Amino acid sequence: MTDAFALERRRRAVNGWLLLSPALIMLSVFAFYPSLATVVTSLWSRGTRRRPSEFVGLENYQYLFEDPTFWLVAWNNLLYAAVTIPVSIALALAMALWANSKIPARSFVRTAYFTPTVLPMIAAANLWLFFYTPSFGILNQIGALFGAGPVNWLGQPGTALWAVSAVTIWKEAGFFMIFYLAALQTIPPDLKEAAEIEGASRWTYLRRIVLPLLMPTTLFILVNAMINSVKLIDHLFILTKGGPSDSSKLILYYIWENAFAYFDRPAAAAMTALVLAVLGALAAFQFLVLDKRTHYR
Amino acid sequence: MSRFIEPAMAILLALLWISPLVFALWAAFHDVSDAVNFRLSAPLTLDNFRTAWEGAPWLQYFLNTFLLVTLILTGQFFLCTLAGFAFAQTEFRGRDTMFILVLLQLFILPEVLIVENYRVAAALGLLDSLAGIGAPYMASAFGIFLMRQAFKSVPKDLEEAARVEGCSTLGVLWRVYVPAARPTYLAYALVSVSTHWNNFLWPLIVTNSESTRPLTVGLSLFGAPENGVDISVISAATVMVIAPLLILFLVFQRQFVQAFLTAGVK
Repeated sequence: MTDAFALERRRRAVNGWLLLSPALIMLSVFAFYPSLATVVTSLWSRGTRRRPSEFVGLENYQYLFEDPTFWLVAWNNLLYAAVTIPVSIALALAMALWANSKIPARSFVRTAYFTPTVLPMIAAANLWLFFYTPSFGILNQIGALFGAGPVNWLGQPGTALWAVSAVTIWKEAGFFMIFYLAALQTIPPDLKEAAEIEGASRWTYLRRIVLPLLMPTTLFILVNAMINSVKLIDHLFILTKGGPSDSSKLILYYIWENAFAYFDRPAAAAMTALVLAVLGALAAFQFLVLDKRTHYR
Repeated sequence: MSRFIEPAMAILLALLWISPLVFALWAAFHDVSDAVNFRLSAPLTLDNFRTAWEGAPWLQYFLNTFLLVTLILTGQFFLCTLAGFAFAQTEFRGRDTMFILVLLQLFILPEVLIVENYRVAAALGLLDSLAGIGAPYMASAFGIFLMRQAFKSVPKDLEEAARVEGCSTLGVLWRVYVPAARPTYLAYALVSVSTHWNNFLWPLIVTNSESTRPLTVGLSLFGAPENGVDISVISAATVMVIAPLLILFLVFQRQFVQAFLTAGVK
């Protein structure tokens, strides 16, 4: 009898692995193997026709750390994250609070906030070109009304990164709003009534009741926004190509450039390995810290 | 007084948020000199669309994007259904470890692995093919997770009833679990289609011919400065590219928002 039971369990286990195998094969080929290959490639020299590729240990990383462009790009990405993450989260929260309150034209407002989310980043960049172009861009025309001189938003190192960040915020905020909106709708209305009876101001209610209740959502959005600050670079291809003089270049763009424009695969691999390490740390943070609270069931 | 300030700010922000789209629409239907000088009474024209349409094989690009999102979605449905079912309703040793491994892909994005994925695609002979663009996205950790959650909420009684009727494991999956998870499939489909309709970097790297290039890559080439097209024509091309998805969104707005919610708040 135990034999039949064990057999049944074996059968189920085999079934489980069989069901899982197609996805596992694809994940191995296009995620796990490439991750390992990245690390391996980053330890070998760039092969040329005369000198084949050889094992060089951490030399590629050393070159990378000596490359001032790498540090500039890393710094740019840090700034990009430091601006786009908090601003888009704060805007998303404001949008959600407004879209959830009784205001006129609420459905229009909601749609307007969310629309950028369904547009390709490339198209978004094209739309924003109209704002930024030096000769007739809308920003400069508005500036001229107030007597400001023309600014070449995308063409000077001081503004290019911020111009690029603005597009990212525009694209992201409405997306994050949705998650706040969902969370807001789960807050029982009694809480608001109770707060009003106690004489709490709207601001106190927001700060002491709403924001703490939204904390899990905020963390979820935060992790997503961090991933996006690595991933969202498509608009660079249209707006700045990382220039002028690398002032708006971000890590993933630089990886692309090294691999597919300069054909320096080891350098690109070394950078990818570093990005993977950062994302891995983020994953560990998510699984070990955040999921302790919201465990998957 | 303050009762009016917040609605006003909300609406102002909304106007600001759609203004890039409104300006592009306006420019697309006007002559370029009228557009950049904001002559509000200038006549409407379709010339920009004509110029844009003739400037690139858009029909081919539309077809490529359409086939691409269909291919990816089919692959995702197949792989994620099986894997999601394995994680939700079967038991085997190492299941939880495998699940964590799968979830890791939420962080190890295909976008970041472009360098080595390119070599993998080259080794498999997938360069410059729709399968090559789609392959890295098919076993999506996100999809597997979503399907697992959906299958977990299906009552066990249904499965047992089907077993009594003599259904095999796959039969149970097909007859009981897949129909029960229909709303999740719809949500996942909307999210997947809009993601891959808009995807750019990986398709840019893998494709190098008109016969495989999707819309986003086509649009970026068309708008390149070397091409010498003016802002009105770029706007017309952009409007053309985003129109299908945008119209779909405006018509099915409720479902779209609901889809992103189901997809995100699990």
